[in-house]
Amino acid sequence: MTTHYLVLSGLLFAIGAMGVLIRRNAIVVFMCVELMLNACNLAFVAFARQNGNLEGQIIAFFVMVVAAAEVVVGLAIIVTIFRTRRSASVDDANLLKY
Amino acid sequence: MNDAVVAPTIEYGTLAPMLLVFGAAVVGVLVEAFAPRYMRKSIHVPLTLLSLAGAFALVIVQVVKGAVPTAPVAMGAVAVDGPSLFIWGVILVLSFVCVLMINDEGHFVASAAAVPGSADEEEAEAAGGSHTEVYPLVLFAVGGMLLFPASHDLLTMFVGLEVMSLPLYLLCGLARRRRLLSQEASMKYFLLGAFSSAFFLYGTAMIYGFAGTVSFTGINKALSTGSLLDPILLLGLSLLGVGLLFKIGAAPFQAWKPDVYQGAPTPITALMASGTLVAAVGALLRVFWVALGNLDWDWRPVMWAVAALTMVVGAILAITQTDIKRMLAYSSIAHAGFLLIGVMATFDKSAQNAKSLSAIMFYLLVYSITTVGAFAVVTMVRDPGGEAGHLSRWAGLGKRSPILAGIFAFFLLAFAGIPLTSGFFGKYAVFAAALASGSEAGDSLGGWMTGLVVLGVVASAIAAFFYVRVIVLMFFSDPAADGPSIAVPSMGTVAVIAISLLITVGVGLFPQPMLDLANQAASGLFIR
Repeated sequence: MTTHYLVLSGLLFAIGAMGVLIRRNAIVVFMCVELMLNACNLAFVAFARQNGNLEGQIIAFFVMVVAAAEVVVGLAIIVTIFRTRRSASVDDANLLKY
Repeated sequence: MNDAVVAPTIEYGTLAPMLLVFGAAVVGVLVEAFAPRYMRKSIHVPLTLLSLAGAFALVIVQVVKGAVPTAPVAMGAVAVDGPSLFIWGVILVLSFVCVLMINDEGHFVASAAAVPGSADEEEAEAAGGSHTEVYPLVLFAVGGMLLFPASHDLLTMFVGLEVMSLPLYLLCGLARRRRLLSQEASMKYFLLGAFSSAFFLYGTAMIYGFAGTVSFTGINKALSTGSLLDPILLLGLSLLGVGLLFKIGAAPFQAWKPDVYQGAPTPITALMASGTLVAAVGALLRVFWVALGNLDWDWRPVMWAVAALTMVVGAILAITQTDIKRMLAYSSIAHAGFLLIGVMATFDKSAQNAKSLSAIMFYLLVYSITTVGAFAVVTMVRDPGGEAGHLSRWAGLGKRSPILAGIFAFFLLAFAGIPLTSGFFGKYAVFAAALASGSEAGDSLGGWMTGLVVLGVVASAIAAFFYVRVIVLMFFSDPAADGPSIAVPSMGTVAVIAISLLITVGVGLFPQPMLDLANQAASGLFIR
């Protein structure tokens, strides 16, 4: 049974990672990172069930808290850069290179 | 199933340095909330400096008392062993020095929310002052740096990683000058950092699936009994590695480093280039040695390739740089590669491990303090629009300001590892440890280690080229007519440069006491 959940979690993680790599809007990129974190949560909970201990479920709570903190910081940064440039595209932020 | 809930035991005394820093950070937030604006800075500065100094004193007290615990504390979540205490001491000294630099006016924006170039921003600038939130943010970041290398399970390590990183993402975006670069650096650091910590977390999940626990002791035990070819385990190992190697900026995960170092306010760059690197190398060592030590035949070849690539990429790309902070960032990448040679040299249950570990810790100390000094010099060379970043602006600095240029040249020579500087002994210690561990292992590993050290020496030679190029530029070319001005340094900046210079020279001339200290700290190795 665990395998099903793991496959789903792996898929979610891969979709998130692909999204980070190919999407251009910083908000969408950030949402993809959140998707990856949720994939981690699913894996943790599935493994907790398999291992028969609660550690994985507890970790899932910690991950949620960290993800929430990350949203606060991330949205602040993205909104600031949007207000400056009138664009949230990660391609437009190209002053620092080489 | 009627077990009473047992209250967890927490060794407050042992954890005191970390708790003090976190406590001061929380008090700092309260100060932001309740103290009137004009008073905040005068409360924050002593609060921050005293808490860092106090935490350092608490570390010293533990060392002097010899009360280094032999088992993980806080219910197995944190391991305060010899290496932890040494790394804590180093991080606390570095952050104290960086805070002295942060105190200077003019590094941080008056109002981060104001759009650059807008009337709002002018108004905020005219009102004076800058964000005092910087101080609690720095304290939180330092607290995370203390927790990260000392954590004894993967969950605590993840929390430490985030507590260290989240404030730094914000701090990167607060430079007063060149707002666009600063904001861009902040966004890049944030997106890439969040991406890499998702990898770290998925690796943690996989390891948890294999071992049934995230405690390092438990993982080590599971590895000694379970199948070492379980795909879940190997996936977990590689994803954890990605997350950690990203933080130390090893190739191929180095792309964020130059951008972030260039865009961030220079005192924050100094904090990242020193404190974060020390913390991340400590954490990398602990994970790979304590938890995944039994897997070393799997991770060693990859680590070899990463170390080689990191040194080469760092050293070669640094040559092409035209911005001083970017150049120092690539130099930091190359040094991360040298440190990875040291990481390679700790393996198995060898007696050589303690020597390798002490070599890495010594290298971390001397490299990071020199880095802080170099960035402090960078803050002083200014154009009308801010710091003079472009290397061409540094031409002839030796004629305009021989003392400053001389000090900077000395720091660069220390980076290059010229004898009589601390950098020489750092590099020597790491390379010698790597060779010794290779010859002890005998078989093919010995040859591979020798190859890596040879590559390290070649990379050092390439690196020496671009350090010396800057020195030549400063002393042997004519200053431009409208060259940068040298800011009159504040007491803080003078202190920073003096402390870094003192340690760089002192350890260069008399390395033995510091080597003894590192040996002593490493003698007990990491507790399992």
